Amino acid sequence: MNARLAAAVAAGRAAGLGSRLLGRGGGTALPGLVAERVDPAIVAHLGRQLGGGRVLVTGTNGKTTTSRIVAEILREAGRPFIHNREGSNLMRGLASTLLFEARPTGAIPRARRTTGLFEVDEATCPAAARALAPGVFAFTNLFRDQLDRYGEVDTVAALWREALAAAPKDATIVLNADDPSVAELAEGWSGPVHWFGLDDAAFATEYAGAFDARWCRECGGNFAYDRRYFAHVGWWRCTGCDRRRAATQTTGSALRLGLDEATFEVEGIGALRMPLTGTYNVYNALAAICVARVLGLPPEAIAAGLAKVRPAFGRQEVAELEGRHIRLLLTKNPAGANQVLRLLEQLAGGAQGTLKVAVLLNDRFADGQDVSWTWDVDYELAAGEVGSCWVGGDRAEDMALRLKYAGWPAPGAVVHEPAALLDAIVAGTAPGDEVFVVPTYTAMLDLRAELVRRGAVGRFWERGE
Amino acid sequence: MTGPAPAPRYQLRLAHLYPDVMNIYGDRGNVLALRYRCQVRGIELKVTDVNVGDPFDPAAFDLVLMGGGQDREQRRIAEDLVAKGPAIRAAVDDGLPALVVCGGFQLWGHRYVDHEGGVIPGISVFDLETRHPGPRADRCIGDVVLSTGAGDVVGFENHGGRTYLGPGQEPFGRVRRGFGNNAEDGTEGARRGNAIGTYLHGSLLPKNPAITDELLLAALRRRYGADVELPPLDDAAEQAAHRSAEAIAARRSRGAD
Repeated sequence: MNARLAAAVAAGRAAGLGSRLLGRGGGTALPGLVAERVDPAIVAHLGRQLGGGRVLVTGTNGKTTTSRIVAEILREAGRPFIHNREGSNLMRGLASTLLFEARPTGAIPRARRTTGLFEVDEATCPAAARALAPGVFAFTNLFRDQLDRYGEVDTVAALWREALAAAPKDATIVLNADDPSVAELAEGWSGPVHWFGLDDAAFATEYAGAFDARWCRECGGNFAYDRRYFAHVGWWRCTGCDRRRAATQTTGSALRLGLDEATFEVEGIGALRMPLTGTYNVYNALAAICVARVLGLPPEAIAAGLAKVRPAFGRQEVAELEGRHIRLLLTKNPAGANQVLRLLEQLAGGAQGTLKVAVLLNDRFADGQDVSWTWDVDYELAAGEVGSCWVGGDRAEDMALRLKYAGWPAPGAVVHEPAALLDAIVAGTAPGDEVFVVPTYTAMLDLRAELVRRGAVGRFWERGE
Repeated sequence: MTGPAPAPRYQLRLAHLYPDVMNIYGDRGNVLALRYRCQVRGIELKVTDVNVGDPFDPAAFDLVLMGGGQDREQRRIAEDLVAKGPAIRAAVDDGLPALVVCGGFQLWGHRYVDHEGGVIPGISVFDLETRHPGPRADRCIGDVVLSTGAGDVVGFENHGGRTYLGPGQEPFGRVRRGFGNNAEDGTEGARRGNAIGTYLHGSLLPKNPAITDELLLAALRRRYGADVELPPLDDAAEQAAHRSAEAIAARRSRGAD
């Protein structure tokens, strides 16, 4: 074994131990960062040992949930696998995940049978593809994300094409047929493509909401939609040439959404149930099912794995606070927020003035420093359904103004501190009430820390597999 | 007993140029702010979307709005905008109130020169030109505070291009925090008559109700006469958001107060 790799593994592990001893969080990035200094190719050196399939999962929304679903299916199928579960999805995060699986020599035990499952940040895709030479490469969707971080939607699409150019030519790419910006990745790809999509007319909507326009990469024509599910996602076709949504190998239908679960059918597998709700999570499940099928996992494992999925950090987690059910619904960008609002509207089932909702807006680096995106979110969708609301986070005043213009009722509190927000929520609700909390990423971290302090949830890196 | 709602005393016709293509960083919030502040005052605001290929007579409107877009989006609408340009220029000279943001602001100047030297022609409402300094230059990104004739204005800028005003061109404001047109000369945006061009997102109008009301008042007076007044509103939420944005700019953007 290579001495530099062994030294990198040792350095990374020491950094991880130090970070944990100092109480600096879960230590998901630092070990990899330290190890990469010693061996810049550590991800390739460790990752390419994995012979049970190397899978990359990316997309602007849903990559964490999708890869967690794949992980549950792998577990049910009895396949050994390595997964960057806590969602540190830059190269340093992949390095961290891998080095804790390696022996001091740098050899990963049972590597030939083990599957590598990696959620990868959009901009990290080219480096990850070069390092890991994936056999399966899944793309969930391409929405406008935190634009002050990456620039423009086109930039992300270009990064993905660069990643595919670096991937092995016989890799299977898994694509969302309903997202034309993802679908165009198939053009110029000579290897196999496995498509997933939704076939449920009941979930089509006339109202697209705010979204950034897409048009045909080939001819510049506008897209028309035979069915639009949300934003630019649906049964699209180009009005200028013959490009259109591809036929799908993995198709979701007969969708039903509940407060805690969704059920749907997939041809060749049958009825499926998972303890996550929302159309967007059904898309995540379909992407995961595709990956599982490409890996040759049996339908029984797919059904059982889906049934055991647990919410990812901050996404549909439920905390119990003085008898109130606090439901966290993380939103990171307009597309995600719109889907959460549509879900709230669907859950209200037409009842007016019943929902209790807290919205938290932060503007730190990980949230995106520009809060303009809140004006691209259709808070109007749930205006009639919301009975009480509270506003929190560093930019609570901006959020309160957004909700005022959306026609929401006057908030019970507009406060920065999570403690004050939770006090106001408890004061304004009764035991047994469902309270939906819609935070941005760092606002979710702060609120969660306060919930932990009050004994409402456990520390995330301590949650067992 | 409820009868039919009384017909609104005033009506304003807003043209929203290229709303599907030129809408980035929440520029839609500007429409929502205009709509809200009309609605609570009983003013009917009729919004017409104007897309590529649609006929557009600016003389038939009281307000015009255009948002920003990525480079590819600007290219998509540029030819159509140039065709509409002379009528827009004439209407602005006739006092038409307008707000154009970011990419829209750039295309209301003479031209946008991209980092490869490619030129996207503009419509010369404003005497200015925008040049992209090249792929390695930093974008101007961050919180902004301006001094303007209507008081302090807050927003968020995010642009690669650097805009240079012609010698007689009045800016929208002076930069107190942030980069502004070109990170050099302290100007931000441009004004001609009742038309405002700016880089500020945020969205701009919700947090700056003085600017929103200035546009609405100019539109009403142009259509209904100089004696029209706008009743003041309870702006506690607007002012709280404004102050919060100002405090954040003071903390994280360059400049002095």
